[in-house]
Amino acid sequence: MNALLELRGIRAAHERITVLHGVDLSVAAGEVVALLGPNGAGKTTTLRIAAGVHPVDSGQLLLGGRDMTGAVARDLARAGVCMIPEGRGVFPNLSVRDNLLMMTYTGRTRAEIEDIAYTRFPALARRASQPAGTMSGGEQQMLALARGLATDPAVLLLDELSMGLAPLVVARLYEQVAEIARQGVAVLVVEQFAAAVLDIADRAAVLVRGRVERQGHPDDGLRAELSALYLGSSA
Amino acid sequence: MDQFLTFGIVGLSTAAIYAVIGSGLVLTYTTTGVFNFAHGAAGMLSAFSYWQLTVGWGWPVPIALAVVLLLLAPAFGLLVERFILRPVQALGEAERLVMTVALLSGLIGVARWIWDPNVARPLPAFFDDRPPFHIGPAAVTWHQAITMAVAVAVAITLRLLLYRTRAGAEMRATVDDRALVGLTGADPVRANKAAWILGTQLAALGGILIAPTVTLDAAQLSLLIVSAYTAAVFGRLRSVPLTFIGAVVIGCTESYLTGYLPQNDYLPGLRLAAPALLLFIALLVFPHRRLRGRDRRLAPVPVPTARGTLVFAAATIAFGVVLASVLGEADLITYGPIFSLGIVALSYVPLTGYAGQISLCQLSMAGIGAVVWAHFGAHGQLWALGLAVLVAAVAGALIALPALRLSGVYLALGTAAFAVVLDRWIFTLPAFHVLGVEVALFDQGSVEVTGPSLFGLRLDSGEELMVLAAVCLALASVLVAALRRGRFGRRLIALRDSEAAYATLGGNLLFAKVLVFSLASGIAGLGGALYGMQQRAITPDQFNLIAGLPLFLVAVIGGLGAVGNGLFTGTALIGPTNALITLAPSLQNPVALLPALAGMGLGKNPDGIAAHFRHQWEPLGRDRIARTALLAWLATAWLLRLGDLIDGWTFLGGALVVAVALRTWASARQAPAAEPEIPVEWWGVRRDWRPEDEEVLARGVAAS
Repeated sequence: MNALLELRGIRAAHERITVLHGVDLSVAAGEVVALLGPNGAGKTTTLRIAAGVHPVDSGQLLLGGRDMTGAVARDLARAGVCMIPEGRGVFPNLSVRDNLLMMTYTGRTRAEIEDIAYTRFPALARRASQPAGTMSGGEQQMLALARGLATDPAVLLLDELSMGLAPLVVARLYEQVAEIARQGVAVLVVEQFAAAVLDIADRAAVLVRGRVERQGHPDDGLRAELSALYLGSSA
Repeated sequence: MDQFLTFGIVGLSTAAIYAVIGSGLVLTYTTTGVFNFAHGAAGMLSAFSYWQLTVGWGWPVPIALAVVLLLLAPAFGLLVERFILRPVQALGEAERLVMTVALLSGLIGVARWIWDPNVARPLPAFFDDRPPFHIGPAAVTWHQAITMAVAVAVAITLRLLLYRTRAGAEMRATVDDRALVGLTGADPVRANKAAWILGTQLAALGGILIAPTVTLDAAQLSLLIVSAYTAAVFGRLRSVPLTFIGAVVIGCTESYLTGYLPQNDYLPGLRLAAPALLLFIALLVFPHRRLRGRDRRLAPVPVPTARGTLVFAAATIAFGVVLASVLGEADLITYGPIFSLGIVALSYVPLTGYAGQISLCQLSMAGIGAVVWAHFGAHGQLWALGLAVLVAAVAGALIALPALRLSGVYLALGTAAFAVVLDRWIFTLPAFHVLGVEVALFDQGSVEVTGPSLFGLRLDSGEELMVLAAVCLALASVLVAALRRGRFGRRLIALRDSEAAYATLGGNLLFAKVLVFSLASGIAGLGGALYGMQQRAITPDQFNLIAGLPLFLVAVIGGLGAVGNGLFTGTALIGPTNALITLAPSLQNPVALLPALAGMGLGKNPDGIAAHFRHQWEPLGRDRIARTALLAWLATAWLLRLGDLIDGWTFLGGALVVAVALRTWASARQAPAAEPEIPVEWWGVRRDWRPEDEEVLARGVAAS
């Protein structure tokens, strides 16, 4: 499969401390890739680089084969990259309707965007005038996903979608993510709660100390390896 | 009834202006997160520009309006966004607040520089040649009608813009989560620019509409903003409709007070102070969670050593003695406030530096100290100095009560309102009686102040008062340093870091806040009393809100956590400005802008420059030869000065040159410092990771 999003030899740092030491990763259209690894491995930084929020020291960021290294978040968003950051990617003081209004930069009208969002998540329609920050965590993530969907993105980047949510809600949200991928969107998911995402992932990449240690189908071998990473090896 | 209607129309017309200005404030706060203290000053500058174009240069009104509203105001808004607020966007609310306070102070200085405050500048009202029309028995002028129509148009347009357009959503979203805005394809900088342009245009519109009805004076016009602040606080800084309701309450209150307030000597000031009183009440009455400040960037507070503090105190006294002996009588009055205002500035250290409470009324507290001393210490009774400190401390405790509910920008607003109430009403009151005791303040003019008697010795000359002020500053600095080193200092810093954590750990918020406000106000009161003694006579103007802004700015620039901040602020505020004016009297106006300009430079050094300054001079203190050489030179030059062989300026200039030269020499002489010991867990973080580190670690693990 041709990669829609590709990171080649990405090195990046937080101030003076290098956290990514040459990350190679690709996601094809319609594919869900889970980026897993222990705390401090550099997962969120990788995602932020793909969204243009974090600067790259060296390496390349390709979008549909086009070099987008150094592009800012706004340009990448307009080029079809949608990132839903960790901890509810919504504007808490804006109403649900205003949150959706923020996505009209894609050329869709407010009515079209609301239609897409409310069809996918009917619960949001009942809360259209409510400030987003006053909704439950699950509803806020629904809104964040709905905003992502409404932009018709080519690449969807999800950071810790399950944070603070009940397992049932998480399962439902990941069903929606799988559905989005089936429509041809390349999805890159960072998740601490690996079990939640491995059920829908086509591929998983394990990031350890700023390097992709392993990539492949999320089979039992990879699950065991992840357990060893998170809990310590029994060997 | 006719009179009631007439005053109602006047009140509504004034309310319309407050609403326009207040909604501009709400707009910039909602869309950029910055509470703009300089909002009224932008309106003031626009009113002056409009006067210049129409009356000064005779331009037609429509062209002048277009130039001011569509060209000058947007350009000004963009400049403020780019050069003043963008550099501090990532810093805390307090830093952003200081930038707008600096802008307020600077704009008043600029206006006074360009337009001589001693020249009257009447501005005709719109359509003043047409007769008023009547609504029932009340006459309505065309200017009033236009003002009200403009306010309604502004209300509708703002509501539609903010809640019905993507641009409005973008502006509000930028305050919520700036990083996320970029991820939604929007540009937060563009949203901020739009907000500043619109906000400044609304301030300009309000300024132009109000200017014909008041005296065109820079400070007065800038302070009209207090009424707009009140309206905005009614709207909880978020709601445009509630801001309009607040504006109507204030406009009508002012108007009806004018019409129906009984005529006597005590109440005219109440009308002037009414908006500030209402602001104070609004801050106290509205639900308190929503009125808390949002983010705070907490600077570390250094712990001064006992030895260092004592050396600093001795140096302060020595500085005072030397200055007193080399300056002439006139210069002693000019430069005396280095120490007395330094004490007032020092009061910010425990209050704002340790406890995180922003106060804009410390100079007012100094005014209370000064006036108490003036009346009770007229014969030099030393106990009156204690009384001055005590009364100021009690006034400080009063402010601590609203401070329990407020923080950040809201506390700054509350203390500013308190200062305005003192300026406009309390300090202007004639003598009155409370429980048979006559209380006299400034006697509606100025009050003479004399020096104290110390062990039978009357300290009344400029030299004696300067040394006394230096000794008091040294003692107050030692007290503040002891406070920082003690349990109460740690408690205050805990309070600053997290009020909730402080309370849950058993801390008493009421007690801590009352005590720190009282302590700071007491220190300010002492400074005020000494300042009054040095000035010989005091007027309320010397202690008003606007006069206190440069002091606050320089104190913040110095770094509010440093005990040396009192001496730094006093010296930086009084020394260079007056020296420059002495050397080149024509520079008086630009020199007045220095504190404001320095305040605007805060973004470059947010933790203050007093500590930086100390760090720079440390090599001189550490080097025994350089230190001895400097002291010897100073002693020799001082003797020469006492013998009248050189003048004061030669002595001071020479001292500065020699000190700088010796510091440079000492810095060069000192060997480069050895690499500091870095704990193993910080390898690769505080210094680069080295290949040999791996082996060192392996050996360490093997050995353990």
